[in-house]
Amino acid sequence: MSTIQMPPPDQALIGRKSQIVAALRGVLPDDAVISDLEETRAYECDALTAYRCPPLAVVLPRSTEEVAAAMRVCHRLGVPVVPRGAGTSLAGGALPTADCVVIGTMRLNAFLDIDTQNRFIRVQTGVTNLSVSAELEPHGFFYAPDPSSQLACTIAGNIAMNSGGAHCLKYGVTTNNLMGATLVLSDGQIVELGGPEAGPAGLDLLGLICGSEGQLGIVTEATLKILPRPEGARPVLIGFDDAEVAGQCVANIIRSGVIPVAIEYMDEPCLRAVEDFAHAGYPACAAVLIVEVEGSPDEIADQIARIREIADALHPVEFRESRNADEALAIWKGRKSAFGAMGRLGDYICLDGTVPVGQLPHTLRRIGELSRQHGLEVANVFHAGDGNMHPLILFNANEPGQLEKAEAMGADILRLCVEVGGCLTGEHGVGVEKRDLMIDQYAPDDLAIQMEVKDFLDPGWLLNPAKVFPLQASASHRARAAE
Amino acid sequence: MSDTLTRDDLAPASEADLSRLIADSFSRQQRLRIAGGGTRVQIASNHARLSTARLSGVVAYEPGEMTLIARAGTPLAEIERMLADEGQALAFEPPDLRGLLRTTGTPTIGGMVAANASGPRRLRMGACRDHLLGVRFVDGQGRVIKNGGRVMKNVTGLDLSKLMAGSFGTLGVLTEMALKTLPIAPESATLVLPGLDAANAVQVFCEALATPFEVSGAAWRDGTAYLRIEGLASQVTYRRDRLAELLKGHRIEMLDGKPTAALWRDLRDATHVAGDLPLWRILVKPTDAPAACAALTALGGQVSLDWGGGLIWYAGPGEVRAACSGHATLIRRAGLDQPTFPPLDETVARLQSGLRRTFDPAGILNPGLMDR
Repeated sequence: MSTIQMPPPDQALIGRKSQIVAALRGVLPDDAVISDLEETRAYECDALTAYRCPPLAVVLPRSTEEVAAAMRVCHRLGVPVVPRGAGTSLAGGALPTADCVVIGTMRLNAFLDIDTQNRFIRVQTGVTNLSVSAELEPHGFFYAPDPSSQLACTIAGNIAMNSGGAHCLKYGVTTNNLMGATLVLSDGQIVELGGPEAGPAGLDLLGLICGSEGQLGIVTEATLKILPRPEGARPVLIGFDDAEVAGQCVANIIRSGVIPVAIEYMDEPCLRAVEDFAHAGYPACAAVLIVEVEGSPDEIADQIARIREIADALHPVEFRESRNADEALAIWKGRKSAFGAMGRLGDYICLDGTVPVGQLPHTLRRIGELSRQHGLEVANVFHAGDGNMHPLILFNANEPGQLEKAEAMGADILRLCVEVGGCLTGEHGVGVEKRDLMIDQYAPDDLAIQMEVKDFLDPGWLLNPAKVFPLQASASHRARAAE
Repeated sequence: MSDTLTRDDLAPASEADLSRLIADSFSRQQRLRIAGGGTRVQIASNHARLSTARLSGVVAYEPGEMTLIARAGTPLAEIERMLADEGQALAFEPPDLRGLLRTTGTPTIGGMVAANASGPRRLRMGACRDHLLGVRFVDGQGRVIKNGGRVMKNVTGLDLSKLMAGSFGTLGVLTEMALKTLPIAPESATLVLPGLDAANAVQVFCEALATPFEVSGAAWRDGTAYLRIEGLASQVTYRRDRLAELLKGHRIEMLDGKPTAALWRDLRDATHVAGDLPLWRILVKPTDAPAACAALTALGGQVSLDWGGGLIWYAGPGEVRAACSGHATLIRRAGLDQPTFPPLDETVARLQSGLRRTFDPAGILNPGLMDR
């Protein structure tokens, strides 16, 4: 029923399943290899649940050496490998193929070193994003990237997808907070990249690996930059009766010199859903901004006064300050429950395009037109400060043809993002979901050199197959690799 | 046009011309030495010099989006003036090394990215590569490649932009780059702590950098440590006073905005290590800096620190790479016959040379540079 094609699995490999499983068991502890179909089903999909496929086997290593051992076996036997963190990818980044071995990082869950003097933490990459900040809390530090799935998602997945979050307007995304990594290459070789020094000795290989979606290797350990916790943080809520004016307010704040930690945007359809679900007490209006600033109480008051001055010039319908922690929570409550609230309205697909901030009003208007054209409702909730949009297209999965219709509309919206100077994905990654749209953003040579980098680092094209690169564009590379 | 362009330079006037030129060099295996302003790296090479001076000009600057797109040969000074007119700057504070290297060219934005040139504010704001949103470049076969874009958040495909930053022209010739700009903080101040040795200074840095006061510079030279704070007026006063309270065991003098700007420009360009001795730039784990400084001082030269101890400048004689840990780059050769770039471990070196072959199969772009 779905529109994204996967290449046919290698039946010969499927036929050799018992040999492959035996080879894996030969180098790994017994409980680290799962081959029973019922058990592997737990790994058949990620958060892009419309696509499912149980793998040949699942490996759950506890160390870099075990990951390397599994990779060596797969390399020797020519078996595709799908790396998996917590399986929270919205882009199908961890979708298995029927002929692959999934290597999951969930048991790589040790905290190795906290060094507050040099301001880093060293972890095995199966630890969850939120647990890193929890581990740091007694030391007065935190780890900045905070994707919405931070309760579940792993550092391994964050590095593979170069994850962002609401607070990256000020602190940057994963690549800006990653200092070092232990990388297992497709042939099982282990390599140390970066470290506690401020910068690499040679080329920035770490920058290449971060966000490479499991195409180039598996990161098993990471050195992450840590930051002292701010003294305090406070959000304000600003309501506008015109979405375009809300977009203008974002640009004016950015330009003023106040650097908020977050600027979040919710439009009217989203506000309605959130109000029904969470009763957050948001104003009924065309668009709401949540702007959060950090610092001491006086610093916060000063920054909020500046934001109020900027907003007042645009005549908001409401400017709500939080005077204490409870009021701050109330302001964030609706935003944090937005995805859950939308889920109650039915099925949706969540897009992730980024546009230049100045193009926000135009893009929102065009999305409204596309919504009417395709006959599907869209709600917008996103990180406005950096133009990273998350339009949610609502549809009914039980009605034949609706998913395809929603996907077609999603593709139109993403092409729109590219057209206005933005990109297909700001933080979710390409995965399988946006694989075939890459030709809308990149010319053939732009893609060719990326695939040549993969040719070098993964000569067998075994890592995370049929993701990121359009199947047609990668056909010749895959054919050469199979020889 | 740059004042450094000479008659012998290859100086294509467009990306298309550059593409043809490199495709031709590729087919003839003609090696090239890539130059922006020629102000950042000392290369002993007699290969034909390819200058980006004519690939100049700002393509777009949107202050409200904090985005700048410029061609590689655009003089950095021109860009900095244009941003300053809008109250903005490149947050990573690119240094000007002409004083140190006695070079006379015009620093370009392409050279800055190729060198990943980052000054004192790297400590808090990240390096040039952290502000690089996208690039266009011509690879070693003459193909025009774009990667990344002009928006802050972009994870579409492999991030080759990061790889290009700091690759010193060995992977391709940059033609255009998109960078994030930032508003200049309205106020700044410096805490000056005299009478400290390297170990004391690093201790002070570790304490100050563990606070939420967003120290944006932490440097030490001639026995004096400097801490910079920037922000809105109320922030700077508050943070300065809180830091002074935290460090009250030390003698502290205060500098306000104007002398702060002059001091950090000076520290940025490391004018204190000008001269004729070999000059090394060494990246270490900050708490390893005191031991490294002791070992380097024993070699007979002078040390100073930036980036909270993470960057050591050493001007002087001796076997530097044997004396201390970290990544040591030879900035000013002064006759020394040693590789410019630090040695790599075997696997990393293999990956690096493989990537160079991928981008530049004939090995014509800056051969010899960044090699082991």
